[in-house]
Amino acid sequence: MIAQALQDLWHGFGVALIPHNLMWSFFGVLIGNLIGVLPGMGALSAISILLPLTYSLQPVPAILMLAGIYYGSMYGGAIGAILLNLPSHPPHAVTCLDGYPLTKQGKGGIALSITMLVSFFAASCGIIVMIFASPLLVSVAFQFGPPELFSIMLLGLLCGATMSKGSALKGVAMTIFGLIVGAVGTDINSGVSRFTFGFHELTDKVELVALALGLFGVADFLCNINRMHIVGSSANVRFRDMRPSRAEMKQSFFPMLRGTLVGLLFGAMPGTGPTITTFVAYAIEKKVSKTPERFGSGALEGVASPEASSHSKTQVDFIPTMSLGIPGDAVMALILGALLIQGIQPGPLLITEHADLFWGLIASFWIGNIILIVLNVPLIGVWVKLLQMPYRFMYPSALFFIAVGVYSTNNSLFEVGEVLVFGLIGAVFVALDFSVAPILLGYVLGPMVEENFRRALLISRGDLMIFLEQPISAVFIGLCALLMLLQTYFALRGIRRSKWGVLAAK
Amino acid sequence: MNGRFDNYRRDYYGGALMVLLGGVTVLQSASYEIGTLTQMGPGLYPAALGVMLALTGLAIALNARFVEPEEGSDALPPEWRGWFCIVLSIIAFILAGTYGGLVPATFAIVFISALGDRENTIKGAFLLSLVIVAVSVVVFWWALDLQLPLFRW
Repeated sequence: MIAQALQDLWHGFGVALIPHNLMWSFFGVLIGNLIGVLPGMGALSAISILLPLTYSLQPVPAILMLAGIYYGSMYGGAIGAILLNLPSHPPHAVTCLDGYPLTKQGKGGIALSITMLVSFFAASCGIIVMIFASPLLVSVAFQFGPPELFSIMLLGLLCGATMSKGSALKGVAMTIFGLIVGAVGTDINSGVSRFTFGFHELTDKVELVALALGLFGVADFLCNINRMHIVGSSANVRFRDMRPSRAEMKQSFFPMLRGTLVGLLFGAMPGTGPTITTFVAYAIEKKVSKTPERFGSGALEGVASPEASSHSKTQVDFIPTMSLGIPGDAVMALILGALLIQGIQPGPLLITEHADLFWGLIASFWIGNIILIVLNVPLIGVWVKLLQMPYRFMYPSALFFIAVGVYSTNNSLFEVGEVLVFGLIGAVFVALDFSVAPILLGYVLGPMVEENFRRALLISRGDLMIFLEQPISAVFIGLCALLMLLQTYFALRGIRRSKWGVLAAK
Repeated sequence: MNGRFDNYRRDYYGGALMVLLGGVTVLQSASYEIGTLTQMGPGLYPAALGVMLALTGLAIALNARFVEPEEGSDALPPEWRGWFCIVLSIIAFILAGTYGGLVPATFAIVFISALGDRENTIKGAFLLSLVIVAVSVVVFWWALDLQLPLFRW
């Protein structure tokens, strides 16, 4: 089987190295990196802005480009975090803790190059796991019928809801809201238009790009306008400053290994967001270190380990997305949505039916990561300049790109209106301390959840016990129950503590 | 303002909003056929979601009392000027796009939204809009063949 996998991978390199595909991959990395560097723009906004562009492409270059945008913008975010103390993507919040102090000490360039090396190593490990785990998962996945699919999606949704940042209950509420948004449009079984409120444009579902750009673009601008004050960085990073010394390489070697492992483990769990992964990696590094007091004031380990974990997790996250059709987080949900738009149904059949796409994607990860390194060495000066672009010029331009991008998906101005509505909804939710990312997860999975739920109940003639009678499904339901119990336990413990706090204050 | 009070209020309103949304969903779903578990109608799944959302909202509101105040989450006053300009700029884009074409729409969205920032001057916003209009014409109209005419009347 390993020989087979290697042979497929060889074929994949062939696909990814076709000049046409390579060009789009390069373009994706470049643009992703560019947008990721801009203050306030993370992987989510980068992918949603560029999603319309991929509609006109063939599936293979489209997905290669999206993957390129993804890791390009992740790396771009790290640049902002290290040089400006500005986490544009929540997982990078941890990188700021030690990355920015390093910049203040004049070692920003070294932190950046370590990030680059570490990301490449971690991504490679993730890719290797992906190569060997995906076929295994597929052989299991063939035994999945509607009840199993429903249960595992339930688990994924629950994990996504409770493990993202903020209160678990609010995450659940947002996920359900996303599921409801996913139900808008024509019901496939009966042809009834649901929740269209008389707009015939809505019978064709809410547009994915409009939802994503509203929630992550417009809502963000609404929350940040007149509040984003960029601390001018005097960081002047040149190529010369980026070469780490041998001691620094050694210092970050084991953190890199540990971070990668953390990422691999968390990547295997559906729904655990990247933010949690980086925080765990950082905490472990601080525990393991002989000199924990250095953390927070410029420890190279504190940059290496979280960055490694987020990159290996990114790669492993592609496994459930591609082979089961269940995205781990909001970014994966977007990529899944893009696949669906291209007419490709992710699932166990994807690897055999679209072998060129799957293995081409894997090969392009490596190629993309090399492109990333090659690009960033000469362009680092340009990124630093871009970072200093004032927010007051950035957001009006971005708003224009959002509007035009959404318009171009279906040549319809109605969808620009959808962006506005979801932007306002998103801003209200954010103001009330809800995190909006689970909405996207719910939206993408919603139709599949409903379909599999209905099918399962058709098979069992309306008996809900089918979800517990099928062994695989029962395991997932059991995990869901366990997760809820744990969350309730932690919540109750929190309440008891805060009550104690109140009593003690009296 | 007291941080704890704000957190409480936020959760309270947030929960109430969820109950409201859930309720509306259930009401709306009831107008489609609900059916039974054996023979599900189009309304059953959204109705079930609506009920769950309302219940979750209730739990959030009840829980509001016990939420520990988070650090660094002070309530900022709403930024009305920014909100107004951004919302208006998108509406202007839609209107100008429908009746005027790509160039006026581009100009409108950039110019109006730029005025939402207190540090932007009218001259600065004007120049920025001109730059973006140029980008828009070259990249979207000329290179990407966007299906929106430059001008129409």
